[in-house]
Amino acid sequence: MKSWNNKAWFLVLPVLLLVAFSAIIPLMTVVNYSVQDSFGNNEFYWVGLEWFKEVLESERFHNALMRNLLFSAIILLIEIPLGIAIALAMPRRGWGVSVCLVLMALPLLIPWNVVGTIWQVFARVDIGLLGYTLTQLGFDYNYTQDVVDAWITLIVMDVWHWTSLVVLLCYSGLVSIPQAYYQAARIDGASRWAVFRYIQLPKMRRVLVIAVLLRFMDSFMIYTEPFVVTGGGPGNATTFLSIDLVQMAIGQFDLGPAAAMSLIYFLIILLVSWVFYTVMTQQDADSAPGRGQP
Amino acid sequence: MMNLLSTRHAARQRSYAWMVLVAYIVFLMLPLYWLLMMSFKTNQEILSTFSLWPQEFTLQNYVTILSDSSWYSGYINSMMYVVMNTLISLAVALPAAYAFSRYRFLGDKHLFFWLLTNRMAPPAVFVLPFFQLYSAFGLIDTHIAVALAHCLFNVPLAVWILEGFMSSVPREIDETAYIDGYSFPRFFTKIFTPLIAPGIGVAAFFCFMFSWVELLIARTLTVTDAKPISAIMTRTVSASGLDWGVLAAAGMLTVIPGALVIYFVRNHIAKGFALGRV
Repeated sequence: MKSWNNKAWFLVLPVLLLVAFSAIIPLMTVVNYSVQDSFGNNEFYWVGLEWFKEVLESERFHNALMRNLLFSAIILLIEIPLGIAIALAMPRRGWGVSVCLVLMALPLLIPWNVVGTIWQVFARVDIGLLGYTLTQLGFDYNYTQDVVDAWITLIVMDVWHWTSLVVLLCYSGLVSIPQAYYQAARIDGASRWAVFRYIQLPKMRRVLVIAVLLRFMDSFMIYTEPFVVTGGGPGNATTFLSIDLVQMAIGQFDLGPAAAMSLIYFLIILLVSWVFYTVMTQQDADSAPGRGQP
Repeated sequence: MMNLLSTRHAARQRSYAWMVLVAYIVFLMLPLYWLLMMSFKTNQEILSTFSLWPQEFTLQNYVTILSDSSWYSGYINSMMYVVMNTLISLAVALPAAYAFSRYRFLGDKHLFFWLLTNRMAPPAVFVLPFFQLYSAFGLIDTHIAVALAHCLFNVPLAVWILEGFMSSVPREIDETAYIDGYSFPRFFTKIFTPLIAPGIGVAAFFCFMFSWVELLIARTLTVTDAKPISAIMTRTVSASGLDWGVLAAAGMLTVIPGALVIYFVRNHIAKGFALGRV
């Protein structure tokens, strides 16, 4: 058992001070803006929950939110199964492991706007390999004009960018399974599917929770890549919440609505993450095998 | 007979696995290949002819970047705040992670969860308040401002990873060391830190990664002196009438630090992920 010791607070204090500086104070500023209006000249007056009401009722917010939810849902549905499949296909030992890990981790370490630039160039119909090839093959592909093409481009880009994270997490779960489990399964004559369902999947549950949470949060907060590739267009087809928010706060300087929207946005992420986390760890408690082991 | 069947079955499975892997890696490499090839072409060739490799091979794009300080200073700026951020994050996360892994204290669970919620805050939410806060402290356009701002998401992550690694070290080691007369700081630096070295490596890797790839906050908090390379890229592109060759070369150069870091930690990634729960 861990011992009860309130002096441990001193060890946590540096983190607390740092996060207070980089999170609490800025967040208080946002809260402050969200309940006030200004005529300029730094004169503010109290408006209560006016901005929250305005944002929650606005068509613009609803549309951006729906786009975000749709995007995150598609991303999770593609990347999680694909990541598991590729992790299963990876070699367990030998030189192949290093090669795979290094090549796969590469997209994760490219600055996000460079990822956007890479795909913007790659998908262009005049000078990009993908766009040019598709056009030559007779597809009517143009991500700057067509809504569906823009969405497909963004989704393929995100799969390219982030699937490797899921792969790495799942792979680390897989290599931690002792060889004895597989031997026992072979003696029992278990099928490949049974091995996956009753040995590998439960052992990966922990890392999968992390993978789903990280992928949800990051795809829901996506800003830089779509901003670079499509700039939110064509029309408003790929204007996600964060693009809308930055435009509102810095482009139009509507501080009140922007601040209210920030808080709503943050709360949605918190809520959905909490639901995911509770559901996925609940299952963990129900099917006992993975429990109690690191 | 049974044996033969199952080995044949296994062999077929293995070749499927190879096909999946090769297809995935080709998919990952194609856009990068295209960027690399573009960086070796002249702008004129990029716009006029479509070819899979450069017809007139040129290094001019790289020369342009590496000889102009307004370009290459971006790399130095990026590197500086990334390294600062990694050091700060680790320095504050290490003791905190130790506290979380070893002790129960008032409000520990709430605090841990609250730390993680910071990882969930969209950077877009913090852009405006960060700008005002750092202006008030006169920190705009300094490396330390970006380094501190990136702590928002890196410190929680580092605490989370390190806590996982530390929890896998048996508590008896601490107790034995204290009985042997070690003081806490000496125990922590001499005995404990070497034990969780892979964990520190993995945490540093993640801090580096998320600080290196972030642009929105870094761009907001810098004007000229501390501008990261990725922000310089966007600006120059819009100003110089799209020199695709130079753009590709600059992009290629931002891939290199990441590739180097991965290469150095490649043996720890898989082990590290598994040990440290993440």
